[in-house]
Amino acid sequence: MTKRLFVNPIECDGHGLCAELFPEWIELDDWGYPIIDPQPVPSGLEAHARRAIKECPKLALRLVAERRTPDAPRPRTRSAEGRSRRT
Amino acid sequence: MTASARRSQVEAPSGVARLLAAVRSDGRAVSLHEHHVRFGPLDLPGPELISMLQASALRGRGGGSFPTGDKLAAVAGQRGRPVVVANATEGEPASGKDSALVRLVPHLVLDGAAAAAAAVGAREIVVAVAQQAKADRAALAAALKERRDSFEWKLSSIADGFVSGEETALVNALDGRPAKPSVKPPYPFERGVGGAPTLVQNAETLAHIALIARFGARWFRSLGIESEPGTALISLSGAVARPGIYEIELGTRVSELIEQAGGATEPLAAYLVGGYFGGWTRNAQQALTAAAGLGAGVVVAFPSTACGVRESARVTRYLADESAGQCGPCVHGLAALATGLEEIANAHGHDGRELLARWARQVHARGACRHPDGVARFVMSTLEIFEDELLLHLRKGRCSGRDRRAVLPIAATR
Repeated sequence: MTKRLFVNPIECDGHGLCAELFPEWIELDDWGYPIIDPQPVPSGLEAHARRAIKECPKLALRLVAERRTPDAPRPRTRSAEGRSRRT
Repeated sequence: MTASARRSQVEAPSGVARLLAAVRSDGRAVSLHEHHVRFGPLDLPGPELISMLQASALRGRGGGSFPTGDKLAAVAGQRGRPVVVANATEGEPASGKDSALVRLVPHLVLDGAAAAAAAVGAREIVVAVAQQAKADRAALAAALKERRDSFEWKLSSIADGFVSGEETALVNALDGRPAKPSVKPPYPFERGVGGAPTLVQNAETLAHIALIARFGARWFRSLGIESEPGTALISLSGAVARPGIYEIELGTRVSELIEQAGGATEPLAAYLVGGYFGGWTRNAQQALTAAAGLGAGVVVAFPSTACGVRESARVTRYLADESAGQCGPCVHGLAALATGLEEIANAHGHDGRELLARWARQVHARGACRHPDGVARFVMSTLEIFEDELLLHLRKGRCSGRDRRAVLPIAATR
């Protein structure tokens, strides 16, 4: 099953451990907050992802299995170009 | 006489003024009786309204442009009795159309909420207005008193703020939490007010629903363009003879809108289309569509005498201050963008344009809500459209726009 790595931006305090533990998928922005590759995490790298998730002091990271609900608004990814704020 | 017999006597609005077809010339609210004379009574629809809305291709008019029918379907597809929220909070300072609707034709908005509630099986309808919008609240309270139906109506005032009207912020506020966005999922359609599946719709979107429920999808599609049918309300401000709220066919050109407003009162440097989450353009032939970034329908005619750099810096600072303060990239990134633009405006330091573009890219899609995305878009557009002016500021500390008056409105800081 395809899994993507997400950070909860409200929980994240920018400790930056994740980028050290999983540099293949996470880089830090100019203020020290993680920018996560929106692509599905290859199964070979899943162990790295899990280590980053486990070590996050704020428990702000998680792997999310792709869910497909045809009627639902799509979960947002980094590359999404759509704009939506209010209804 | 039955409701459908009465309805057949009422003709659908034939011109571009649909939502505004019944507006009184004295600016007072249209009463329920007057509303029924013009549009006919509303026969509450069932779930068939959802496919009608899908056929109409109506999209949300609050800025998100999400297909309305699909949103209702998503709510109706959940377990549990849904709640409907009519969103008339209108946090964007340059926008006035939702306020105009609830003050002038409140029953159109309320009918839309009732029709949507009937379609998704909701009993409870919450009408949300901004705390400071006292007149809006009074108009809605008076209109609600006139109505006799079986819905549980509730009128709620929400803390003022640019992000308070974002769906999850609104749900949080209605549940007694701070009016700040949450991480999605869960979306309000899954878990909203009181944990119930919640349909949050902008006031103008609901007004369109009220007319589609009466006159059908085909009628709705008879104006506008194929990909974006119907009309939309525009909040037009800046250097035009008659600023105000205009109803246009989607696809109308900026120049046609300006002409309708009595033309420009002085030479224009640019147009801000889509408000503070939108972008600048110098192209008067640009068509007003959601695809082109119309958003919640704000258009500002920006005069050549004003300074686009200073004005954009001022708005960016306002938007940075309006961050809910929850997500690091938004808190730090938007403040950095505002400071960077201010430094260029004041010719302090070096050419920071590349850094501004880098930061705008970095904050995109990095928040719980779309606030940073909108600001990033506004800043990128400023860098592109006011490039010559930015260079003049870097060299001389000013451009040809000498007039320091504020053209772009911002709300008082909370």
